[in-house]
Parts: sequence; structure tokens; C-alpha cells
Amino acid sequence: MIRRTAHTLLVMVLSCWAGLAFGEMRFNLQDQKTALGHTVYDLHNAIVLICLIIFIVVFGAMLYAIWKHRKSVGHQAAHFHENTTVEVIWTVIPFLILLGMAYPATKTLLAQRDTSSPDLTIKVTGYQWKWQYEYLQENISFFSMLATPRAQIENIEEKGENYLLEVDNEVVVPVGKKVRILLTAGDVLHAWYVPALAVKQDAIPGFVRDTWFRAEEPGVYRGQCAELCGKEHGYMPVVVRVVTAQEYDEWVAQQQAEQGTAAAATATTDAAPETPQAPAAEDAGAAAPAAAAGGDGAEVYAQSCGMCHETGLAGAPKIGDKAAWAPRSAKGLDVLYGHAIGGFNMMPPKGGNLALSDAQVKAAVDHLLAQSR
Amino acid sequence: MEAVHGHAHEHGHDHHGPTGIMRYLTTTNHKDIGSMYLWFSFAMFLLGGAMAMVIRAELFQPGLQVVNPEVFNAMTTYHGLIMVFGAIMPAFVGFANWLIPMQIGAPDMAFPRMNNWSFWLLPPAALLLILAQFVPGGGAGVGWTMYPPLTIQQGMSMDLTIFAVHILGMSSIMGSINIITTVLNMRAPGMTLMKMPLFCWTWLITAYLLIAVMPVLAGAVTMLLTDRHFDTHFFNPAGGGDPVLFQHIFWFFGHPEVYIIAIPAFGVISQIIPAFARKPLFGYSSMVYATASIAILSFLVWAHHMYTVGMPVQAQLYFMFATMLIAVPTGVKVFNWVATMWKGSMTFETPMLFALGFLFLFTLGGFTGLVLAITPVDVQLHDTYYVVAHFHYVMVAGALFSAFGGIYFWLPKWTGKMYDETLGKWHFWLSFIFFNLAFFVQHFLGLAGMPRRIPDYSLQFADFNAVSTIGAFGFGLSQLLFLYIILKALRSGEKAPQKPWEGADSIEWTMLPTPAPYHSFEKPPVIR
Repeated sequence: MIRRTAHTLLVMVLSCWAGLAFGEMRFNLQDQKTALGHTVYDLHNAIVLICLIIFIVVFGAMLYAIWKHRKSVGHQAAHFHENTTVEVIWTVIPFLILLGMAYPATKTLLAQRDTSSPDLTIKVTGYQWKWQYEYLQENISFFSMLATPRAQIENIEEKGENYLLEVDNEVVVPVGKKVRILLTAGDVLHAWYVPALAVKQDAIPGFVRDTWFRAEEPGVYRGQCAELCGKEHGYMPVVVRVVTAQEYDEWVAQQQAEQGTAAAATATTDAAPETPQAPAAEDAGAAAPAAAAGGDGAEVYAQSCGMCHETGLAGAPKIGDKAAWAPRSAKGLDVLYGHAIGGFNMMPPKGGNLALSDAQVKAAVDHLLAQSR
Repeated sequence: MEAVHGHAHEHGHDHHGPTGIMRYLTTTNHKDIGSMYLWFSFAMFLLGGAMAMVIRAELFQPGLQVVNPEVFNAMTTYHGLIMVFGAIMPAFVGFANWLIPMQIGAPDMAFPRMNNWSFWLLPPAALLLILAQFVPGGGAGVGWTMYPPLTIQQGMSMDLTIFAVHILGMSSIMGSINIITTVLNMRAPGMTLMKMPLFCWTWLITAYLLIAVMPVLAGAVTMLLTDRHFDTHFFNPAGGGDPVLFQHIFWFFGHPEVYIIAIPAFGVISQIIPAFARKPLFGYSSMVYATASIAILSFLVWAHHMYTVGMPVQAQLYFMFATMLIAVPTGVKVFNWVATMWKGSMTFETPMLFALGFLFLFTLGGFTGLVLAITPVDVQLHDTYYVVAHFHYVMVAGALFSAFGGIYFWLPKWTGKMYDETLGKWHFWLSFIFFNLAFFVQHFLGLAGMPRRIPDYSLQFADFNAVSTIGAFGFGLSQLLFLYIILKALRSGEKAPQKPWEGADSIEWTMLPTPAPYHSFEKPPVIR
């Protein structure tokens, strides 16, 4: 035990020194880079201030009593107890303070949850242990993984400046635009968390959740997975690079060229997200991009969709049943893609095979429609 | 039968059962069982504490040094489970066993044999949790909340853990039935409900909470078990299930669980503060009502643990308002304790120090709870070290400090021996300082965005993590001092006076000799 104590003391001295050496300690939320983030920051400060005042009043009274009403200074105990007036006062006042807090909190929450009219939508899928980013209008898709070398984690190499907060492929978004993030997961729960953008949302397999941010200034904002997702949970960072509109367009063009997806994409960020896919998508030719990215739709269909759509199980419309498919086709290809990927009524997301990429599911939908028209 | 017993006792034959280990295996005496609960919980406290030391050692510096991430995750999981179900809950059941019969004038608990069984279920459950570390694949790395689908991926350690939770739940339910029956049926003549010491009230309310929610937890983990082995898909979206459903069920248990731990602690504090202020509790009946209000509200706020799962905004608003409301009855309790001290004649022996430490730090934990209740702020802080700091303020500085205070307060009554007052004060101050060193800085880590349950972190978090680790090791070592103080008191402590605390006025102090005889109140006392 003595040796342990000595060791602890040694560690204590060393860490004090280490503390001096590192400097820069942060005592509050990260500097916020969105308007909503500023509101949250101020709301937090206000609540902490109110708590601090109550704390000082209550414990000021307690400390005064401890100081003055002690036996050692000869204070005789009074014997009062039970006073309804006092009880009512100290029930009502906290209630009023809470009402005062609830108003700004409600306003901020309503703003936080308003994901309508985004300028850009990115679908984010959490996997053990990486993030997949899909730009739905631009047809860009890539995975993003930890870029910190193993040797740094194992203390063989010196740790870099962005240790554990660096990735191979960053998410790139334009400054000043409302970016809507659609979240889901392929295996277990994850959470997409970027402190400086005031965003945290769970990624849940089989469900799509959304959140949003509008970055105020260009920069690189770092966060990480916030929901325990297995052994590498500490090693799946989120890095968002906010750039100017022009840089963003260039980046999109470059990505599309690399991924060969330029043909179907609407490259500018100004395009309204509600813009329906060209009606021409109905004919087989326009479905080609999805098919190209998703491989053989017929094969995917046979493996993951046929069980229900061949047999009509669980009320599924059968393949080739023109009457059943006509009203569904009329909803538009986007809706059908959405239902196939996210699930609809009895239809589980991705037909229950979450290992499929969105492109593969789309290819299977194309195949199914081609056979049913 | 009654006559025979009475006769035996007139001759002072206290122990007429088996001796040695068989005495403890077969005992139906509430005092023996209470002591076993307390020793068991202390052993679990040291085990869970050792796991915390592994966690903090790994987090002393960035990078992986001590354990790999799998073991780290297992440590966070079992540290939580063991501390909640193995250490804190049994500690307060130990208090209940010792004190409730002596405070209401009953000879023993209502169901002594069930009492024995509810204790002896605990060691097998603890063994399962320990065994889970050594099966192929090692301990489950899922966190104490056991969220699927991660839980579905785990090895057989998960099954052992689920069975342990089942057994612990059975034990708690039986303990609660016993407590409710004892309090409602075995009070001495004249001991009306509103005359009971507040500790009995808090346990009566807690026992109802336990009976309401332990079956819910059992159901949740059973669904995990069938999802794992019988393809039931309760929580598997590919089969039409919902992973978030588990969270709703778990927290419907989990939030009342917080108060299952906190409310008996309130009870202990409500005994200690009037005794050392030499002044009756300011508002006895309002304390009873506040406790009951907290218990009822605790059923209505569970989803504040789930603000980031994507509930509809209306649900988020409701849970935010309901959660904020808990601050009202909790405030009433704090104000009552302060008003009890006001114009008292206070002394500051170790139990009072722990009670004051509790009041100070638990209130701080309450304030961070209020910050976390505010949904938009919680979205920033959810699953970060801020939450870790918050619940350690209410669990450690709250429940644990209260338990320490209770042990020092009643040790003379239980054993007839006094503890070493100087060492007791050292224990308090070391615990108080190191606790804050370990956990206060975690607020800053969480605010700056450090997620919980990570074995390694980026460099910006290095300083506070080093400080926190030093605090944690200091806190851990201070508890060995506690063990020494207790052993010293038991072996060579001074003989306790009949009433070591001038202001203590509940009937275990005023109507029973010190130390309390093995069988107390064989004939019910008459209360005024």
C-alpha cells in the first residue's frame, strides 16, 4: 500500500507538470459555429448562472448556519418546525424559475428539430467502425474511416495534432447552406456527433432519423461516434470540412468524375431538394446509373426481395403484376426507392438485408419495375 | 410457542441456532441478514472500484497502455452493473434490514425465511458477473444499459450477465415485499405511519418503486435473451423489431432505479441531520409528500435518457417539462434539510460531515441534472463525460456518502463499539477532496465533447483526464481507510455509550439498549 501511495504521489507530481506543459484547458462547450449552436451555448450559460445563484443563496444560508448555529459557539437549538407558508413559498418560487427556463428551452428545441427546406441532404450510415456518406442529389458516396496510424495509438509513434480525430475521407459541405443529415446504421447503434456544429443524432439500424446544421464559417470541425458500438467505438471520428460554394462545386465535380456518377447528378447546391427526379427516369435508360452503381439488380432481387415479391407473402405486390404495380409506379421512382431503402408498412428496410448498399437496392427496384410494366 | 421463546430469552440465550458458517447460511435474523448485506455490498464496492481503477488507469493518458478496448468496454459494463446492483442497492437493503424493525418496534422482518433467501441469491449473481469475465470472448462490452443490437453480438458472457440481472431482480423484489409487509403490518401500537422515522417512509416508497420496475427490467433482458437465442426479433429491425423499444423499456426501469438508489439515501440523511442539529426535521410531512412526488414523477420522465434517438419533438418537449418538474420536490427536500440546520445547535462528527457532503454534492448533481433536462443542451452533452460526472455526483456523493454517514451513525447501536473519530474525519475529507478531483473535471471534459465509454481520446482531453485519474485513485485508496476504521472499531473500538448522539430521537436509540440485543422488541413497545 505504501508503494502504491508513493506511486500515486509520483503520478500526481508528474501530471501537474504535464498540465503546465499542455496548457489550454477548456471549461465550457466548444466554440459554436452555427447560429443554433450560439443559442444553445447561451442557453446553457444562462441555466448554469441561475443554478449558481440558487446554489449560492441556499448554501450561503447553510454555511451561515454551520458557522453561527453550532454547539461549540454555545448556540442553543430552537425548536420550530412545520411552517406551511414557508413550504408553499419554496415550492412556488422554484416552479416559477423553471417556467422561466422552459420558455427559451422550448424555443431552441423547436428550432433545433426543424429540418425542413434543406439546401443539401446527406445520408449518413454508421457501420462498425466507419461512416458512409451518400450525397443523395449529387450521387456521391464514400466511406470515412479513422486515419490515425495504429502506431500512434500503441504509443510507438508520437501522437499527431488531430490524434483520433482525423479521417481518410472528410465530409465536405458548403458554408452558409442548410445541410440535412439523414442517419441510419447498418449493424448496431451509433451516434453522429460534431460538438462545434451542435449536432448529435443516433444512427439506428432499420430507421432513418434526421438532423441539420448551417455552418457559419469555413473550417474543419471534428467529432466522433457518441453511442457505444463495440470495441472500436473510440476510433470512428466524424470530420466535417466546411468550404465556400465554389470550392464545394469543384469538390462535387471531382468526386463525380472519380465515381463516374456525373450523368445523373444535379451538381449545384442551389437546386431545391424537392426537385423530382426527371420523369424520364421511368424508362429503362435513365435507370442505368443506379444499375451501374448497384450491380446486377436481378441478382439482388433474387437474393433479398424474391421471398416476398415472388410469392405475394405478407401482402407484397408480386413481380409482374401490372395492376398492382401501376399505382405504385405512379408515386414516382424516388418514393419507391425511399420505401425500399427505409422500409414501408410490412416491408422491412432494404428487404431485411441491411448489408445491401442503397445503390444495390435501387438496382433491384429497377429490375422489379422493369419486369412489372 | 410464544411462551417458550419468551422463557428462553429471559435467560439470555440469544444464539440458539447453528454456529459458524451455518449460522449465516440459515439465519433468519434481520440483524445478521442486514450485516451480511452490508459486508456483501462492501465487497462488491471494492470489486467494482477495482474495475473503475482499470478504467481510470487506461484513461490516464491518451493512447492504449493498460488494457485493450474489449477489456475496457467490459470494465465499464461490469463496473456499472456491480456498483448499481451489487454495491449501492444491497447496502441500503442492509440498512433497511437492520433499522426498519428497530425503528417501528417490530421483532423482525415479516418474512424472515424469504429475507434469508433474498440475501443468499446475491452471491450466486455476483459469481455469474465475475465468471462472465473469464468465459470465451471475455466480459460483455455493452455498457450497463445493455442496448441492442450490440448486445445481440456478444458472446456467452452476455447470457451470464442477463441471468445475473434476473437473479438480482428476484432478490430485490423479495426484499421489497418483505419491507412493505413489515412496515404496513408490524408497527408497534401507537406507531402510526406519520410517526415513523423518515428512513422507514423512504424505504416504503422505494420498495413500491422496486416492485413496479424490477419486473420491467427482467422482461427487457429476457427479450434480449430470446432475441439472442430464439430469433424473436423484438429489437431486430430486419424482423420487424425496434432497437429503440429496448431503450424505452430499459429506462422505464432505469429512471425509477435512480430514485431507488437515491430515496433511501434521503432517508438516512433525514435521520442524521436532525440528530446533529439537535432540532427536529423542519417539515416531516412535506418531506413524506416530496418523496412520494419524486417517486411518482420518476415513472414519467424516462425518455430524457433518450433525447437523441429521434423522438417526435412533442415527446421531447413533454419529457423536458416533466423532468424539470422533479427539481421542485427535490428542492423542497434540500430546503427542508437546510431549515432543519437553521438555528440548531450543530456538532460535526463524521456522520454529520458525510451528511453535509451529501447535501452539498448531491445538490450540485441535481443542478447538472437540470442542465441535462434541457433538451437542446442535452443534445450537446448526451453520452459525454458530463453525464458521467452528473450521475457520479448523485450516485457516489449522493448515495454512497449517505451510506457512509449511516454506517458511522448506527455502528455504535449495531455493535456497541465506537469508531475512531479522527480517522473517520480523515476518511470524510479524503473522500470529499478526491471525489471532486476525480469527477468535477469530468464536467469540463463532457462540455468540450469527450464521449463516454471510449478507451482512448484526442489530445485536447489529456489534462483533465490525468487529474481525474489521480482523484479516482485517491478516492479508491481512501476507501481502504474506511475498511480499516470499521475493522478497528469492531476489534478494539471503545465501548459505545447508550446514546452517543445527543439529538438522536428515533426509538432504536431511545427504547433499546446499546448494542441492540440479537432479538429486539420481542414485546412490542407502546408508542405514546
